[in-house]
Amino acid sequence: MSLAIETTDLTKVYRHTAALDHVSLGIEKNTICGLLGRNGAGKTTLMSILAGQELKTSGQARVLGADPFENAAVLAQLSFARENQKYPEEFKVSHVLRTAPWFYAGWDAGFARRLIGEFRLPLKTPIKKLSRGQLSAVAIVVGLASRAPVTFFDEPYLGLDATARGIFYDLLLQDYMEHPRTILMSTHLIDEAANLLEHVVVLQDGRKILDSSVEEATASAFTLSGTATAVAEATGPRKVLRTQALGGLRSVTIAGIPDERLYADARAGGLEVGPVSLQELVAAHGLLEGGEPAAVAHPAEKDQTEAKEALR
Amino acid sequence: MDDSKPIFIQLAEEIEGRILEGTYPEGTQVPSTNEFAAFMRINPATAGKGLNRLVDAGILHKRRGIGMFVATGALDRLRSVRREAFGDQYLSPLIDEAARLGIDSDELIAMIGHRAAVAGK
Repeated sequence: MSLAIETTDLTKVYRHTAALDHVSLGIEKNTICGLLGRNGAGKTTLMSILAGQELKTSGQARVLGADPFENAAVLAQLSFARENQKYPEEFKVSHVLRTAPWFYAGWDAGFARRLIGEFRLPLKTPIKKLSRGQLSAVAIVVGLASRAPVTFFDEPYLGLDATARGIFYDLLLQDYMEHPRTILMSTHLIDEAANLLEHVVVLQDGRKILDSSVEEATASAFTLSGTATAVAEATGPRKVLRTQALGGLRSVTIAGIPDERLYADARAGGLEVGPVSLQELVAAHGLLEGGEPAAVAHPAEKDQTEAKEALR
Repeated sequence: MDDSKPIFIQLAEEIEGRILEGTYPEGTQVPSTNEFAAFMRINPATAGKGLNRLVDAGILHKRRGIGMFVATGALDRLRSVRREAFGDQYLSPLIDEAARLGIDSDELIAMIGHRAAVAGK
């Protein structure tokens, strides 16, 4: 399996803050990868460096086997879709459609026009007069129709309603299947996007805390729920990532894989054993926007190590 | 769909259900990995895993370059697997719930007989 994106000890320091702190990761070619983490975790910085739009401080970044910075050969195969993309003054959507083929070898004009229709984008309105959702739609159109071997979507849903987001997910999936390519998408809407993803990278405070297949990630923990006493008994010394209580009921997220013993205890205690969703797993590690107070927002070094162990 | 199971297993069980009820008779082609992925809005690798699970179990067989077909004998195989799981999956929860409601086993058996008669089964 070859990697489309690879970083080794990638570090970016702004003044005294490390936006990326020795991030090493690998994303296989032709997969859809989710990039998760709270605001300020380093997602956009990572994408910007990989897209050659920002200089790294130290470490290595490789896209399709080469350093992307000032590398025309790599950048010709890369598309970075972001809602805050800058366009020349007075630019209209029609101008975007006309200029895009210069930048993207794989540009599909017919597909772009179809996408414009799907998102009901006005061709003649100046870009600066578009709403945030329409700007997101423009970014999505360019990101998809460029058919670039490596495509980044930075929170592609900003300002889009649920229907438009659904259209985006369907189009992304269909076009990815017809034209397989590497897609890296940052998102806070984990539940919505989880099923689309094959791989997931989670950043926290500039550090990578997870880089694995979604399947392995969600198999790294499970939930146990029922009466508080029965849950406590069945849990035993296992590592609890998160606890939710309602009256005498309790639901815990436990690191590891449920064994025969646990199933037996659960059956005896009338407990339910369930899988953990990607969203729950991320929340359990205190990474979500407005995460539960019970979750550890800034775990001490020791907890961090344990969390990493649990995720393996 | 049962959210308490991984999606690829949900997909495999969905297809099994369709085979059991006769939507996909033995020898017929089932939709492709990509068709299932688009329909369920899931990653095609996940859909592929669900289908491969059925190939490994001998329920589906692959014809290279053509697609996946319901294997001969799939129906019997599925029935016997599901029969084995029937007790754990359906009877145990039924008995547990009956106990919680104070329904004894004679009453439970009578209720089942009555229901089956009403449903004509």
